[in-house]
Order: sequence, then C-alpha cells, then structure tokens
Amino acid sequence: MSEARLMQGNEACAEGALAAGVRFFGGYPITPSTEIAEVMAKLLPTLGGKFIQMEDEIASMGAILGASLAGKKVLTATSGPGFSLKQELIGYAACAEIPSVIVNVQRVGPSTGQPTSPSQGDVMQARWGTHGDHPMIALSPWTVRECFDVAVMAVNYAERFRTPVIVLMDEIVGHLREKVELPDMDQIDCYPRRQPTATRAEGYQPYRPEKDLVPNVADFGTGYHIHVTGLIHDETGFPSGSPQVTQEAIRRLHKKIEIAQDEITHYEEFFMEDAEYAVVAYGGTARTAYEAVRIARQQGIRVGLVRLMTIWPFADKIISQTAAKVKGILVPELNYGQLVGEVERVVRGACPVELLAKYNTEIFVPQEIVSAIEKLCAGGNA
Amino acid sequence: MERSYEKYFRQNRLPHMWCPGCGNGTVMKAIVTAIEKKGWTQDNTVIVSGIGCSSRASGYMDFDTLHTAHGRAIPFATGIKIANPELNVVVITGDGDCTAIGGNHFIHGARRNVDMTVVLFNNNIYGMTGGQASPMTPLHKKATTAPYGTVDRPFDACHLAQAAGATYVARSTAYHVQHLADMIADGFDNDGFSFIEAVVQCPTAFGRKNKMGSPADMMKWMRDTGVMQAAWEKLPEEKREGKFPIGLLHKCQAEDYVTAYQQVIEIAGGDKA
Repeated sequence: MSEARLMQGNEACAEGALAAGVRFFGGYPITPSTEIAEVMAKLLPTLGGKFIQMEDEIASMGAILGASLAGKKVLTATSGPGFSLKQELIGYAACAEIPSVIVNVQRVGPSTGQPTSPSQGDVMQARWGTHGDHPMIALSPWTVRECFDVAVMAVNYAERFRTPVIVLMDEIVGHLREKVELPDMDQIDCYPRRQPTATRAEGYQPYRPEKDLVPNVADFGTGYHIHVTGLIHDETGFPSGSPQVTQEAIRRLHKKIEIAQDEITHYEEFFMEDAEYAVVAYGGTARTAYEAVRIARQQGIRVGLVRLMTIWPFADKIISQTAAKVKGILVPELNYGQLVGEVERVVRGACPVELLAKYNTEIFVPQEIVSAIEKLCAGGNA
Repeated sequence: MERSYEKYFRQNRLPHMWCPGCGNGTVMKAIVTAIEKKGWTQDNTVIVSGIGCSSRASGYMDFDTLHTAHGRAIPFATGIKIANPELNVVVITGDGDCTAIGGNHFIHGARRNVDMTVVLFNNNIYGMTGGQASPMTPLHKKATTAPYGTVDRPFDACHLAQAAGATYVARSTAYHVQHLADMIADGFDNDGFSFIEAVVQCPTAFGRKNKMGSPADMMKWMRDTGVMQAAWEKLPEEKREGKFPIGLLHKCQAEDYVTAYQQVIEIAGGDKA
C-alpha cells in the first residue's frame, strides 16, 4: 500500500484509469466530472500519455475511439447532457468492438437540470442510451477508493471484451473526499491489449471471435490493413447485408458479455445472513442505505443491504436469490424510479418491492430510509 | 498499360458501388497516386472516412481503414494521429459529412492543426440518400428537399478551412485528374492540417435533377468553370459569376499539434517516463 491520501472520487477515478494503463484522454468540460479531465491533463503528459480537449463530447468519443484503434487504452468523462451526446459513438464502439471507457458523473436532469446536484437519473441511459441492440457494462462505485478500483476494472473489461464500459458515478462519490490508501502501481492487474494470433498470410480475420467470443482486432499500423466500420460486418470486418450475418453479429455482441456475467457481476451483502428484509442500493445512495440498515438493526429490524457495484448487466441471480429469502425489498434511488424496474422484473412478485424515490437535488438522510424500512415491515407503502 | 496503383486497392472488394459516371473513383485514384508519389507505405498509412458516397472509398483501399460515423471522421483521425504520430492519416469526407453534421469537427480540426490530409469529395448533394440539399449545394439548385431550389447560401469549404486555421488549402476537380493528385500530394507534404476540396460530378442525384446533362457534360462544366488560381486572381468580379478557383488557395506555417504537445510532455517530464 502507498501512503494514505485525502482524495476526491473524481481524482481517484482518474488515477485508477492511469494505473490501469490509460494513456489517452479526450474530453470536454462538464460539471460535476471536470476534475477527471483536469487530473488527466496534468498527469497524462508526465507518463508520456496524451490529453486532448475536444470541441464537444461527440468529438471526445471519436478521438478516444481513434486512439484506441491506434493501440492506446483510452478514457473520457462527462455528465448527463454530455453523456447523451456521446451515445452515438458509444453505439459505434459497441458495434465495431473498440475498447473504451466512459465515465458519467451523474447530476440532476433532464437537460441542463441541476448541474451541481447529485442524481442517479442516468441508470437507464447507461443501459439503453445508444440506438439498437447492444450489451452494456456499467459499474457504480460507492467510495473514493472504489472509484479507483472501478476505473481499473472498467479499463480491463473494455480491453478484455473489446467493448465500451461505463463508469456510472454520481456527484456524491465524484466530489466526496475520503482518506484512501491506493494499491502499489505494480500490484495492479492490467489486461493487455488483445493481439492477433495469426498473420494475414495465415488467413487472419480481424473480427473472427476467439473462444470467449471476442475478436483479436489488430491495432492500426501493425501491418494487417484491417477495415473497421459501424456497419454490421462479418468476421472479415467488411459490411454485409445478410440477415444471417446480422443476426449472428448482434447475437455475439450480447453473448460475449452474457457468458461472463457471473465474473463481472460485483456486489456486496451486509447483514443479510438472517435478514427478513433487504435494501438494494448502489452508488452514493448505498452509503446512506448502509447507515439506515445499521440504525434499523439497532431498532430490532432484521434488515440487510445488497449493494450493487455492477449495474449492467443487471445482477439477476443475486436479486432473485435475495427475493427468495426476504419478505420485502426496498430500493432507494436518487431518481423517479429506474433500477427498481429491474428489481421488480427479476423478483416477479416473489416479495413486495418498494421504491423510495428522491429527485429534489438533496441526498437521502438515513432516517428517510429507516422510515421506509419501517413501513415496508408494516406492510405499507414506502 | 502499367497500373502500379492497383496494389493499393482491395481487389476482392471491387467493383465499387458508385453509380456509372460518378466522379468519386477518380478522386480515390488521385489519392493513391499521391500516396505512391510520396512513397507512403500501406502499413504506415490510415484512411479514415465518414458516411456517404465519398466515404465508402475507405473500404476499397488496402490500408488500415476506418469507416466512422456520419460527420465524425476528423475526431477519429485526430485520436489516431495523436496516439501514433508515425502513421500518415488521410481523411475522406463529403460535402454533407464535412460541412453539415461534421462542420464543428472540421473547423476545430483546422484550428488544432493536427497533421492530417482531408480530401472532401464535393458532389454538391447528399448522393447516398437520393439527392437532398447539402450546405454546399449551390444557391437555387434543386434537390429532393429543395424541389423549388435552395434558398440558403452554400459554404465555400476552402474559405472555411482557411479561416479556421488550416495550413494548406487547395481545390481541384475530377476533370483535372493529374492536378488533383498533385494538390493532394502537396497536402501530404504539409506538416499540419491540409484540406483539399475535390469537385466531383454526381450525375444521378445532382446532375439529373438540375439538367446538367451526361457525366461527360458535367466534366465539361468543371473544365469550363474551374479556373486556375493565377488566372482567377486576374479575373474581374463580373466574370467570376458561376466559376470557382482551383489550385493552391492558401498555405502558411504553424506548428502542428503533435509537435506542440510533445513539448508539453517534455515540460511534464513524461519523455523520461
């Protein structure tokens, strides 16, 4: 461990990305994510990396995708309105299978909304923001240290699955300052850029999937003369209008994530051993939920917390298992109700699922969640 | 007849999908002629394109090629060049791709002066989608979205590039084949953002709608309206109507982005990292 530091979540996120090998950042300033760009502007050149401030968030996405194709590990960071602008090329990255990490430090929306206030309103945008069928990996940290860890994980997943990965932060953790001890940089496990295992002469095809259904697409400038397109393509990388090719291409994009879902679903359980009720929370809200569960326990309520770090793909298995053993689930969210729909989908009526929604710029205080737990126990509405 | 340029094409991707009489193939060939002239290899050259008729060219060219999203070729190219400055980067775009949906990227690319060469295939129309007006459709010309003629004034993309900071700006046409290749090759020599507008005939979506005759008639129109820059400068204002200058239109010296950023890396100590 390195020495303890007082760090902000955004700062930890940026340093995590650097530790994971990110050497190119393209971005556009937007509250409350700007510190990530600022840290990158300062630290990337000290490592021989490149920072560029682009003209907008669309261009930022384009620049990181170009740099990724040229062999660099890449990052961009934004918030709500900028995240919307990035969606076009997040879809491109999904289709063309370009490793890339997009941080979204959520603020209150829609539109310019409340730019300096926390929210968890982009949960569904993270999943469905771009057009068409595509899988998505989104990770939501709840501590400053975890901002670092999640950034490392996101870069590694982007490289391993050759896909865009969303770091879904919120203004709470983004601007939170905590004392953290970061791991030694040489202890960080970095997933290397996938490399071709055959030559052109041996019939190398850039989009031929390996056993894990992920292709080893050659970096530009390595002599393979590959073609990369956002059109649906076959294993040669060239566009195809064939219904079979289209179906197989879209199926494989989903399957490469689905077959690894257990590995990439990260969560924590607190006080769940004997729990009769469960709170399912994520991000900054999980911090309040943790305290609320502790208070409720002191009052004699057997309640536990399931804290989701992996938001997408959704943790179907763990939520389903939770529903089978509790009498009710409470989902507090800083939005009008987003992830609660996923919980309900998985629970399928096995137990009551109550939403505690808040979207007035303020974060939850523990007592609000305690009251909602009490109502859930009493069989009433939260 | 020797066809040394054929090695630059993916023979198994041909024939191309452009209409009979289209000028895009001429410009594509001019690009590889310029690449051959400069001795750039297929391993160290990347072709980046946007969306539209022009941008299908990347798929036929045997290099590392990137067919990006509509209007976004320049940001992708920016990332490629900065990430790996050893690569020669050529951008292929169209009048709609570059000056409408990609307009902001175009001016900022020119401003930043990242070392790349942008070749804009100007067919004055959205050809791929069947002939809608673009920001470079001449005033009062017809398009499917301007059935009574356009009322909005067109961009002069060369003026725009120059004003935004491009360090090399030239124009040629699909009629002036050798001249076009020379203009592109000279753009390759410039260490910075080079812009070449290549006027091409689109007999299907633009010419037909505007009664411009056969593809050959459209090429004669280019021959008669494209005026070499030296002659253009002597041309009185009243005789410039309906004509446009071709040749080198602007050239200046400015440090390219990668060189400038290398100094940032040195100040930050990253050159020793």
